[in-house]
Amino acid sequence: MTFEVIKPGLLTTIQDLGRPGYFHLGIPEGGAMDRAALRIANMLVGNPEDAAGLEAVFMGPELKFNDDAVIAITGAEMPVFLDGEARSGWASFPVRAGQTLKFGFLKTGARIYIAIAGGIDTPPALGSRSTYPIGALGGFEGRALAAGDVVPVGTPATDTPARTLDQSLLLQLPKPVELRVLPGLYWHRLTEASQAQFFDDEWKVAPEADRMGYRFRGGNPVEFVEREQPFGAGSDPSNIVDGCYSYGSIQIPGGTEPIVLHRDAVSGGGYFTIGAIISADMDLIGQLQPNTTVRFRQVDMPAALNARHARSARLEKIRSALR
Amino acid sequence: MKTRYSYGGDEHIFVEMDEEMSLDAFFKSLAMSNAARDAEIEGVREICPANASFQVRYDPDVIAPEDMMARLKEFEKTAITAEKRLETRIIEVPVFYQDPWTHDCVMRFRERHQDPGGTDLEYAARINGYDSVEAFIEAHHAAPWFVSMVGFVSGLPFLYQLVGREKQIQVPKYLKPRTDTPKQTVGYGGCFSCIYSVRGAGGYQMFGITPLTIFDADQKVSYLRDFMVFFKPGDIVKWKPIDRAEYDRILAAVEGGTYQPRIASVTFDLEEFNGDIDGTNAKLMEALNDV
Repeated sequence: MTFEVIKPGLLTTIQDLGRPGYFHLGIPEGGAMDRAALRIANMLVGNPEDAAGLEAVFMGPELKFNDDAVIAITGAEMPVFLDGEARSGWASFPVRAGQTLKFGFLKTGARIYIAIAGGIDTPPALGSRSTYPIGALGGFEGRALAAGDVVPVGTPATDTPARTLDQSLLLQLPKPVELRVLPGLYWHRLTEASQAQFFDDEWKVAPEADRMGYRFRGGNPVEFVEREQPFGAGSDPSNIVDGCYSYGSIQIPGGTEPIVLHRDAVSGGGYFTIGAIISADMDLIGQLQPNTTVRFRQVDMPAALNARHARSARLEKIRSALR
Repeated sequence: MKTRYSYGGDEHIFVEMDEEMSLDAFFKSLAMSNAARDAEIEGVREICPANASFQVRYDPDVIAPEDMMARLKEFEKTAITAEKRLETRIIEVPVFYQDPWTHDCVMRFRERHQDPGGTDLEYAARINGYDSVEAFIEAHHAAPWFVSMVGFVSGLPFLYQLVGREKQIQVPKYLKPRTDTPKQTVGYGGCFSCIYSVRGAGGYQMFGITPLTIFDADQKVSYLRDFMVFFKPGDIVKWKPIDRAEYDRILAAVEGGTYQPRIASVTFDLEEFNGDIDGTNAKLMEALNDV
């Protein structure tokens, strides 16, 4: 079973839930930016939640199916057309051999996920099919999809009944977007006034926003507590002796534009970090378009864990609804 | 040295041995991260050692953050008494200094540099008090280097020179990171050398290039068949300056699948090193003569 890429869109990659275990070598976990969206797409077509699907950013691909299939599209809001006929997102539907899947213009969000019953069946690399283009690892020959690629799909385990996610279970993009931050790491490098200012400021997603990290601008430059730079760090006050980075950690090179590291994070480097986005809000970042207004909100560990549990509970509710 | 512990969001704990770089901080971090790995704590997903710090990624649904923190703090006592000794290897890495490819890149990104009028090597030589680029290059390859971290992207090694602090080279990173760096560039930032494993963005000063592939996802390179990443923390590296002809010859051999880097097994003992830096280095480098 295969499908052919007629047009790849802007950047369409094969992603699953990632390859943990190699971050100590600079190979990030990777996988779907919006984990819940991929999981739900897989649930809709009866796949294991960690099956590989497609992630397309800002623009949908055009795909021609060479065999009958059952597919589902989740994530960003983007019109779906099968041989020109509209189909709904957050629902599975059958596709016949020879039919073509196309997309309209993006309405809200940033990334769509396409799951196909049986899951994409390219060879795994280090235990995952996720595409990591910097290391030419995983996915389709280690790169984003290109026109003419013929992508293999596995055999579905069972007949796949049509499933639709109840609209009331959908998570809406909050407005304005708030990203919750647990301060820590090198937070003490900022002056108290600067710490408060960071959370008061309004930020916008910069054009440099990709799978490695999301950059923000529009807020005030931060101010550092004065010190003599430690040996080996480098002379800029934002420099540290190169260390590990957390997923979701916020670095501010030169003290001006914060960068939140995401799924394809660099594993370490020489810039100070002020804490990290809580795990419950990582998916949300994957759905932010450039120029979106964002505020960072300070939370403590109990609040971070509550949000994490609420997110798991919501997913569990969806899981039982689609079972 | 004062150890500092911090949460990195709800899934990470970051442990910094010291703000400064030193081999003592590296060995303490190594001992603590090894102890954490050996303890096989349920809920730990990844342990990443760095130059003078390490990080643990854990699942807070399995182990509560404060319990994870308490477990890690226990390892500090073990680390203080741990042997600062490594059975490791010394690897000769050929470097073509002042090569045309990094030179081209140096010139393309001049406006992002502290000294747009010169080259990265001229700048680094001057601010470190060397009379000439040649004398600076000599200092860069005279003493061996210690891989104190692997990371950033795809198996990139950070290397710390095995010399006393007064002889350490220090340079700042570019004012604004470059969007491009040739694959296998030998770079420099802070007190660290690095080898860019793949082409891409970078902020380190550029000194030269090595013909050795150090990351190969396809594992076709002869010495990367066992694993796609060449370096690991604790490896010792001796740079060997080469010219264009030698560079071309080695590159062809690497690409032809016939190249074997010169590697010898050695023991590195931190106390022995601190007691006699030149003698320890001479012994380490002699090991390469038998290869």
